Amino acid sequence: MKVLVAVKRVIDYNVKVRVKADGSGVDLANVKMSMNPFDEIAVEQAIRLKEAGVATEIVAVSLGIEQCQETLRTALAMGADRAIHVHHDGELEPLVVAKLLKAIIATEQPGLVIVGKQAIDDDCNQTGQMLAGLLGWPQGTFVSRLKLENGKALATREVDGGLENVELTLPAILTVDLRLNEPRYASLPNIMKARKKPIEKRTPAELGVDPTPRLKTLKVSEPPKRLAGVKVDSVAALVTKLKQEAGVI
Amino acid sequence: MNDEIRRSVAALCARFPGTYWQDLDARRAYPTDFVAALTQAGYLAALIPEIYGGAGLGLGAAAAILEEVHKSGGNGAACHAQLYTMGTLLRHGNTAQKDAYLPAIARGELRLQAFGVTEPDAGSDTSSIATRATRSGDVYIVNGRKLWTSRAGHSDLMLLLARTTPKERVAKRTDGLSVFLVDLRRAQGVTIAPVPTMINHATCEVVFEDVAVPAANLIGEEGKGFCHILDGMNAERILIAAECLGDARWFIAKASQYAKDRVVFGRPIGQNQGVQFPIARAFAATEAAALMVAQAAALFDANGACGPEANMAKLLASEASWAAADTCLQTHGGFGFATAFDVERKFRETRLYQVAPISTNLILAYLAEHVLGLPRSY
Ligand SMILES: Cc1cc2nc3c(=O)[nH]c(=O)nc-3n(C[C@H](O)[C@H](O)[C@H](O)COP(=O)(O)OP(=O)(O)OC[C@H]3O[C@@H](n4cnc5c(N)ncnc54)[C@H](O)[C@@H]3O)c2cc1C
Repeated sequence: MKVLVAVKRVIDYNVKVRVKADGSGVDLANVKMSMNPFDEIAVEQAIRLKEAGVATEIVAVSLGIEQCQETLRTALAMGADRAIHVHHDGELEPLVVAKLLKAIIATEQPGLVIVGKQAIDDDCNQTGQMLAGLLGWPQGTFVSRLKLENGKALATREVDGGLENVELTLPAILTVDLRLNEPRYASLPNIMKARKKPIEKRTPAELGVDPTPRLKTLKVSEPPKRLAGVKVDSVAALVTKLKQEAGVI
Repeated sequence: MNDEIRRSVAALCARFPGTYWQDLDARRAYPTDFVAALTQAGYLAALIPEIYGGAGLGLGAAAAILEEVHKSGGNGAACHAQLYTMGTLLRHGNTAQKDAYLPAIARGELRLQAFGVTEPDAGSDTSSIATRATRSGDVYIVNGRKLWTSRAGHSDLMLLLARTTPKERVAKRTDGLSVFLVDLRRAQGVTIAPVPTMINHATCEVVFEDVAVPAANLIGEEGKGFCHILDGMNAERILIAAECLGDARWFIAKASQYAKDRVVFGRPIGQNQGVQFPIARAFAATEAAALMVAQAAALFDANGACGPEANMAKLLASEASWAAADTCLQTHGGFGFATAFDVERKFRETRLYQVAPISTNLILAYLAEHVLGLPRSY
């Protein structure tokens, strides 16, 4: 079975983001970029399926600017077999990404698609669900445990209030959550091998998708500064303040 | 390529956080798990040619690996020599020696990460070493005492510099020295004793009493040992400089963050230029040193002579890391002394590099006397 994983290039999770002075977005100049952590989990899961003899080939897809190829190299160094880069310089909204992935899936015909539950830059949490909708495939979102058997995926979903177990008929879309696995780091020999693995280049036009955004960002602003707290000298004072000033009890 | 290496090494190091190093530091214990992880992921075989099973990369890649280890708060000293000590064997050993050892070193099964040069009475003045190797049939009989042989207790093989012809009988005082590969697993008469120090460094005293080293383990030509170790020493200086850059970048990031967060007199301390400027100065020194490290590594990889650049890289980077360390400690005030912040540990660790593997004065003397042609002082 072929597994397709989608990987997004995002601001590294360690970077403290700064909003541009003109409020048009987040400052990306000289900022460390990495693979979206949830997508790393998706890649890791695909590799584990291959190591378990369930998957036979792993195709990594990234959409966006030229440097997305670095993210693909990381996926290849971790263990993906080949990669597809859909080159586009402008913003890509989740619906466009889902349409582009659908077009790639039409030719690749994977038995399973694994994506991160959301990207840590825009926190949209939409792509996997939209893709499932467009394809009419079953979806398992926020997956924290996974088993594949007899053409079915048994997935445990992390939902408010607990865990939900679902059974999906393949082909299906999975969006994965933090606790599914701990992604590996690439070994040096695998980084060397990844240099020789192919990255196929495509464009939205070739795939028949109009990438024009439908939303316009009006303004991006920093969250309000947290004000310093106060120390109270007794429990009674605390209760009074919570009652009278905070109004929470 | 180096970016990819940096990313993966950083991900590996993230599994060994400050608390891991703090615990080892307190116990003066060897970072066995960290070294195993780096070995298994193939990073310590970066410089070994592909025909022997390594990655066949240049010094720039090795520098990226070690810089990243130090930049993430760890320390590469427990295993950095496994990367480069084999260089002397690779460049000056014969085919039989290379075939015998390099593949196992590349696989990480054989550790060659001890290099014995310094002695109690001969540090900077290498030509004055008193350890003797005397030929007797198929073996050399070695007697002497090495000090500061780091990782000798965590190495299977040791590269040894010993005198084979007395100083009085050679034309140049650096002649008459030879390099041997000593198999510490088999050698009889070797005593290794750890030397406690202000850092967690696994450094040792190694005593040789009538140790028989097979003549087949002589690397290169007898009497030419000093020339044979020079290129390896350049590689070592460049890689130590890369570790200094990593330290400096760690200190600068840590100091900047703390200066933004710590509020005194109602504002972040980093708003005071008395706090900002030393950090900015250390940053500028680090970036300048990084250019010299890159230049030296490029020359080394192009097989060019890089003595001046390797030494300047080590000088500039070790001074930048020390300035950054001092600034970072000062920025943290009292908290800098708390072990939980890692600052005091890294501060102690990075101080070493102005003394070892070569002290700052000796680099300055080399630049003045060998590069600029000033009168010799030694
Ligand atoms: C933790 C640690 C690990 C080490 N690991 C190793 C190792 O693995 N293998 C190994 O062989 N060695 C190792 N060393 C030894 C290291 O290389 C030496 O300490 C270093 O070369 C300095 O030699 P020394 O200590 O004998 O100092 P000395 O040579 O005694 O010098 C003392 C001071 O005098 C200065 N000085 C000396 N001569 C002059 C001069 N002519 N002009 C101006 N200043 C001068 C020096 O700069 C230095 O500051 C290690 C040392 C340490 C502390």
